Amino acid sequence: MLARVSRLGLHALRRATAPGQNSLASRRHEAEAVTSHVNHLGKTFFCSNTNATSSDRSSESEAKISVTFVDKDGEEKLVKVPIGMSMLEAAHENDIELEGACEGSLACSTCHVIVTDVDYYNKLEDPVDEENDMLDLAFGLTETSRLGCQVIASPELDGMRLALPSATRNFAVDGYVAKSH
Amino acid sequence: MGRVRPLHHAARRLLLLFPRPRAFSSSAAAAATPSREPLHVCVVGSGPAGFYTADKMLKGHEGAQVDIIDRLPTPFGLVRSGVAPDHPETKIVVNQFSRVAANDRCQFYGNVTLGRDVSLSELRKTYDVVVLAYGAESDRSLGIPGEDMRGIHSAREFVWWYNGHPDMCNLAPDLQSTDSAVVLGQGNVALDVARILLRCTSELAATDIADYALDALRGSTIRKVYLVGRRGPVQAACTAKELREILGLKNVHVFIKEADLVTLPADEEEIRNSRIKRRVYELLSKAAIAHKGKNNNGQKELHFVFFRRPTRFLPSEDGVTVGAVQLEKTCLKDDGVAGKQVAVGTGEFEDLKCGLVLKSIGYKSLPVEGLPFDKYRGIVPNLKGRVLSSESENATVEPGLYVVGWLKRGPTGIVATNLHCAEETVAIILEDDKKGLFMGPSDSKKQGRRGLLEILEQKNIRFVPFDGWEKIDSKEKVAGELKNKPREKLTTWNELLMAAN
Repeated sequence: MLARVSRLGLHALRRATAPGQNSLASRRHEAEAVTSHVNHLGKTFFCSNTNATSSDRSSESEAKISVTFVDKDGEEKLVKVPIGMSMLEAAHENDIELEGACEGSLACSTCHVIVTDVDYYNKLEDPVDEENDMLDLAFGLTETSRLGCQVIASPELDGMRLALPSATRNFAVDGYVAKSH
Repeated sequence: MGRVRPLHHAARRLLLLFPRPRAFSSSAAAAATPSREPLHVCVVGSGPAGFYTADKMLKGHEGAQVDIIDRLPTPFGLVRSGVAPDHPETKIVVNQFSRVAANDRCQFYGNVTLGRDVSLSELRKTYDVVVLAYGAESDRSLGIPGEDMRGIHSAREFVWWYNGHPDMCNLAPDLQSTDSAVVLGQGNVALDVARILLRCTSELAATDIADYALDALRGSTIRKVYLVGRRGPVQAACTAKELREILGLKNVHVFIKEADLVTLPADEEEIRNSRIKRRVYELLSKAAIAHKGKNNNGQKELHFVFFRRPTRFLPSEDGVTVGAVQLEKTCLKDDGVAGKQVAVGTGEFEDLKCGLVLKSIGYKSLPVEGLPFDKYRGIVPNLKGRVLSSESENATVEPGLYVVGWLKRGPTGIVATNLHCAEETVAIILEDDKKGLFMGPSDSKKQGRRGLLEILEQKNIRFVPFDGWEKIDSKEKVAGELKNKPREKLTTWNELLMAAN
């Protein structure tokens, strides 16, 4: 499901930049236009900016899961994340320092998170090619790395822990050694 | 700041000098914090490295007052003039950079050139901290005969041209006298320029590509693009995203020689050790199979040429324009250092006919007066961002001087690489601040922003503040709207400076 919606979002992205279908993009800031177009078609899955309407989410927000973010200094923060919300969005709503340079349009790797428990990692749908392309370039990649914008809160992820990669701290996930770029 | 009546020249100048009085009052507030004087920081260069540095600096130090200078009237460096026009999603990061620029403790001074309008020693006298983030604005050269021939450009020049960089708007590459272009290099920039040459212009028309470039591409007769690499598909320097994109271009037939895909044990070792190499190699292998035996009915052609290095350029009949590139076949040899494979010539040569050559073999940083510079590596000698007096072992630290981005680590990596690069440099600055390195005797207090404004005024430099850029930005967007483009870039210095006023 996630993979499907991700692809839908990508499709939307391509459409947003395709000729003849670009009247929306042309009328607004290119960046905002692409993001809002994706938001529109991909529902909340790509949202990281604030222009998603809260009404989109209100029906989904009744159920929430608990997610713990571990920041660069090792500080932990437990947050409640509504079902359907991306971890990038959840981080931003809770003042967690997770970058989102491309605002969830799968064009950067700055919202890289590390799922600290392999069991939770295995519950996620496999990343699509486009996410893997970005993970290739992620700083401090591990075997349980994902992009925060692609990890969507769902009931089975309740209790998940996500660590932000750090330049000064190494993660030992299954003995994987982070590569430098 | 709307003006209702014409201002006298002097008043206009004053307006330009003090574009956002609010910023000044708030900086006074920062100065009034009981702890200490503001930390005066100047970042030179407003690309990703510069803006991420400003961002981390503002977040990491409550008293930091950050001024960003840039030689162009426009901010964002290569996000504006490097990122390909058909990659709008990569440019979304400017939203974040604009929020940094809107911070009360941050100011942008465009149209201010380090080394011309203000010297490095002046900046160091004026600011507690100077962070150089001005990147790499020149090119490596091949150093082979014929490199100056007409029809040979660096990829950087070509990229700046189609992206409307005011220094390259007059490049006028000839796209109408040949059907073949050779791109030397197989990194992402090489793939970008090849893609722009091959992509349907109807698709490019909906991007922010410069209008003159779109016109030139519409009239282009180039049907074949050769991407030439010294090494093999395992060593190609591109990333999977860019490769996947060019392999999937509409109406383009991809040629990859199957023999080139044969791997040796050393290649397999490289693939095992690098996720990105494995994925790039897989994409190339799949594309070779997918396009095999297919008819390329009139499609444009993209040829991957592996294991070839350029040895000289040969002129066409007119004697001055490039007509072919002489290539030497190579094979891979272990260089003895960490198992890296290097290309060595085999003494076997062939000519590849073409009328346009784009050299995509790497950017090069340039030094400014008074800056230690490692000419061999093309970077400023540094330790985690602290500038060192030389590259020798007994080098000393240059107090208050730091470096970030391409000038620090060489011209590689993506936008996000600069995030971590900036984090490292800023961590070092904050460490030095904690050590009290910026607490000089009270009679030597740095003037910061006030000092910079004095220098600019003395030299009569008309800088472009961030709201000047916002005027350019909105003008470009309005012009783009008429053409169904996200923006129509202003591409000359004159237009840019006029729009900023």
